[in-house]
Amino acid sequence: MPPSDTPVNAESPGVEGQSLIVFDDVVKRFGDLTVLDDLNFSVAPGERVTLIGPSGSGKTTILRLLMTLEKITEGVIWVGGEPFSHMRRGQGLVRASEGYMRERRKRIGMVFQQFNLFPNMSVRQNITEAPVHVLGTPKDEANARAKELLDLVGLGEKIDAHPTQLSGGQQQRVAIARALAMQPEILLLDEVTSALDPELVAGVLDVLREVAETTDITMLCVTHEMGFARDVSHRVLMFDQGQIAEEGPPEQIFGDPKEDRTKSFLRSVLDNGF
Amino acid sequence: MDFLIQRLPLYIDGAWITIQLTFGGCALAFVLAMVFGIMGTIRHWLPRAISTVYVEVFRGIAALVLMFWMAFALPQLSGFRLDDMFAAILALGLNVGAYGAEVVRSSINAVPKAQVEATVALNLSWFQRTRLVVLPQAWAQMLPTFGNLVIELMKATAVVYLIGVADLTAVAQNMRESTGETVVAFIGAFILYYLIAQVLIFGMRMLERRANRKLGRTPPRGKSLKSLAQSTPVGSAGGTF
Repeated sequence: MPPSDTPVNAESPGVEGQSLIVFDDVVKRFGDLTVLDDLNFSVAPGERVTLIGPSGSGKTTILRLLMTLEKITEGVIWVGGEPFSHMRRGQGLVRASEGYMRERRKRIGMVFQQFNLFPNMSVRQNITEAPVHVLGTPKDEANARAKELLDLVGLGEKIDAHPTQLSGGQQQRVAIARALAMQPEILLLDEVTSALDPELVAGVLDVLREVAETTDITMLCVTHEMGFARDVSHRVLMFDQGQIAEEGPPEQIFGDPKEDRTKSFLRSVLDNGF
Repeated sequence: MDFLIQRLPLYIDGAWITIQLTFGGCALAFVLAMVFGIMGTIRHWLPRAISTVYVEVFRGIAALVLMFWMAFALPQLSGFRLDDMFAAILALGLNVGAYGAEVVRSSINAVPKAQVEATVALNLSWFQRTRLVVLPQAWAQMLPTFGNLVIELMKATAVVYLIGVADLTAVAQNMRESTGETVVAFIGAFILYYLIAQVLIFGMRMLERRANRKLGRTPPRGKSLKSLAQSTPVGSAGGTF
């Protein structure tokens, strides 16, 4: 494997036009630890894909690579037929610069496990600041959109509240509204209910179901909520040790898993009451 | 007491100089602290190196020596003489700014990484992230230490009489020499320094409260006389056993 700073093949993988996201021989290492091992998969526009698997299997790393929160070790990620982790130079590809990444990641939004709302801003500002400053949306329009989105997540009356005045579930719903305000084509959901008290999980999942039903946003979702995965996803990828152990439609993965690793993982998840 | 009251206008003049030095020094120190503190958090090595050099140089030089240098050595070297007030403010600002830069740097670094990641997910630029998210959160962290530095700076102004600036200490010193009333002359200075410090502390507390409120935190309230008066005195509920 050549180190990925040297130019690599700049040909877009053959799936161009059909795939929105392509992971092409992606390797991610943290020091000696290989988290993603020669990973290949693609996601079609509008597709909702759930990533499941034991912790440490690399699911979250996939989302973090797509959000440019981690740097790829080897291989190339493509988004919309264009290189994403890299950029074209001459005939080859070189590692993407900060400016290039910023341009490319415009179309991607992310919701985090710990919500990560900005505590120095009201709920309204959390949702409007990025559209106003990054997209150049006029303030009035951003405010109106914030109100709409908060109504969508059932928090219309909390628009002037402070994040610390909200429950975890409410904060996460605001975080979903904040991500949607940037009008992403791709939404990354990183264990968005894992930090919530059990009684608050349903509210957040209902909002996401609504988003899934009413928009054509492509979703990549890391979750332990198997019921939710079954309901909203078109495809489930089962990860183990940095590789895809099994993939298929939710009915097949949950109803008739082929791989032993999938079976034992699903058993352990169900035993833990998820 | 009459001694002090008669000479109050002189003390007030001195105190006014001390206040000007304090505010001038603080303003300069604040700007330097922000600029070099933020530079110290930038990933590129050059701004970081510049920040380190500034901090290490000016933290390591005694403010008094710096002041002497500005007032006496610089004119010899350059033939250009700084106004004494200005030299004093420059020396104090440069010195305290170096401490402040470290406070700014560490406060920015203490903003949770997850907050920065959220700004990446919203595609904010470095500048937008710093202005909208990082600095407002780091600000609350900076203020308690800034409060100490403000008081330190105010007290450090007491050496400016050595380069001929007529501050509060200089007034007390002159008073002692001209009247021989050593004890009373300095009691006047004590009181005024203490009052200035109290006003500064109060101002910084207000800023801290406001910053914490903006972050949705309720700041721990210091015991005020009012709250002590309102609390039930021990034993006042007697007779109900």
